[in-house]
Amino acid sequence: MNLSRLFKTIFLLEFISGLYMAIKQIFKKSKTINYPFEKGPISPRMRGEHALRRYPNGEERCIACKLCEAVCPAQAITIESTERSDGSRKTTRYDIDMLKCIYCGLCQESCPVEAIVQGPNFEFATETREELYYNKKKLLENGDRWESVLAKNIKLDKPYR
Amino acid sequence: MIEYLQFLGQEVYKIFFLLIPILVSVAMIVWLDRRVWGLVQKRKGPNVVGPFGLFQTLADALKYIFKEIIIPASANKTVFILAPIVTMTLALVAWAVIPMSEDLVLSDINVGVLYLFAVSSLGVYGIIMGGWASNSKYPFLGAIRSAAQMVSYEVSIGIIIINVLLCVGSLNLKDIVIAQKELWYVVPLFPMFVIFFISALAETNRPPFDLPEAEAELVAGYQTEYSGMMYAMFWLGEYANILLMCAMGSILFLGGWLPIINIYPLNIVPSPIWMILKILFLFLLFALVKAIVPRYRYDQLMRLGWKVFLPFSLVYLVLTASFLFYFDKLPKGNF
Repeated sequence: MNLSRLFKTIFLLEFISGLYMAIKQIFKKSKTINYPFEKGPISPRMRGEHALRRYPNGEERCIACKLCEAVCPAQAITIESTERSDGSRKTTRYDIDMLKCIYCGLCQESCPVEAIVQGPNFEFATETREELYYNKKKLLENGDRWESVLAKNIKLDKPYR
Repeated sequence: MIEYLQFLGQEVYKIFFLLIPILVSVAMIVWLDRRVWGLVQKRKGPNVVGPFGLFQTLADALKYIFKEIIIPASANKTVFILAPIVTMTLALVAWAVIPMSEDLVLSDINVGVLYLFAVSSLGVYGIIMGGWASNSKYPFLGAIRSAAQMVSYEVSIGIIIINVLLCVGSLNLKDIVIAQKELWYVVPLFPMFVIFFISALAETNRPPFDLPEAEAELVAGYQTEYSGMMYAMFWLGEYANILLMCAMGSILFLGGWLPIINIYPLNIVPSPIWMILKILFLFLLFALVKAIVPRYRYDQLMRLGWKVFLPFSLVYLVLTASFLFYFDKLPKGNF
């Protein structure tokens, strides 16, 4: 044991500097937030709960191209479609099994019309499994509820796509 | 007979007035400990139950009360149940001789220090009993470690106390405080105070000496098999012991209930408040130390106890004695 180390040991210098450091930390702002009341910042790229968007005139964006269904690595998406009377192809069924979903964001990337998107909402826990089998109605509802945020996020993220 | 009952009633009344504040302050001190620990790590600590989370401990205690007590099939039932009771009782019993002010003490006995020392030594029994009666390997190893650790550090604490006693010339805790009227013993006996503090950490199984419950190796040490209220009693006993050690430190070294300097605005503050402030100061140190130190290895712990603290305090004892003898300052008490 060399002399300086002995000196340090006897006078507990490192202990004292540690104590000083601890006392300094006490007066700094804590990093914790009171979660349900305060929320941390969320990126516009946040891949949260899914939503199906509409055009401003109320028409569904989805054209039932089934690219999302094809790309989905977890095969969580199921789509069925028919031709509507005006000749456009629309979905009759658009289901996402949120339990299978891995939140990879590939559906959003593959969508040519920005119909299926993943929004910033991550607080959609439910009490039963069944509630997490999302159907078209639920997804469209999500889209209507989050539209303002979704549009803003897409616009913000556009330059990087 | 009536007289006897009256006397008993009086004493029980007094004891309740001592015990309830202690239990409440133990609860508060647990909160303070967790809070300080959290703040140092830039967390918030318990802050939900009650104002600033002050009632967190009470909520925890309530939870423990309603939990099922599980007694392992292979455990020795009597000893298993007795262990937490012993721990908690001994931790509380020691408070009888702690003077909070000149006349605020439950039993002003002549050999207060000896009593304190004896009771805190007995504390090891609760742990050994708990570890042995659990009849399982982790509690057993934890209890052995804890026993060895507490016995080792008691030796150096004993010698540190003798240091103080040499200067006072009395075993009465009140006399010890009154003898510090001119100068707190923390000044002349500063190295002893530091060693006392570190030994107190080891004695109460606080980090960095919390080997008996080193989670990584021993799960929760001697408490592994305990649940519900029995666990809570161990826990209460532990914190009551920590508080006791803080009280001992403030009586032996920090002048108990005496104000910092005996001048006007300071000496009208009631003496129990001074005592509480000093205990709190020491406890804050305890809490801070918990936040900053890594755990000692077992052999390091033993080396520190036997090869460093014991010789050092012995040498200091000789120095103190020779100093007092040479300058003819030996206390001339009534003995």
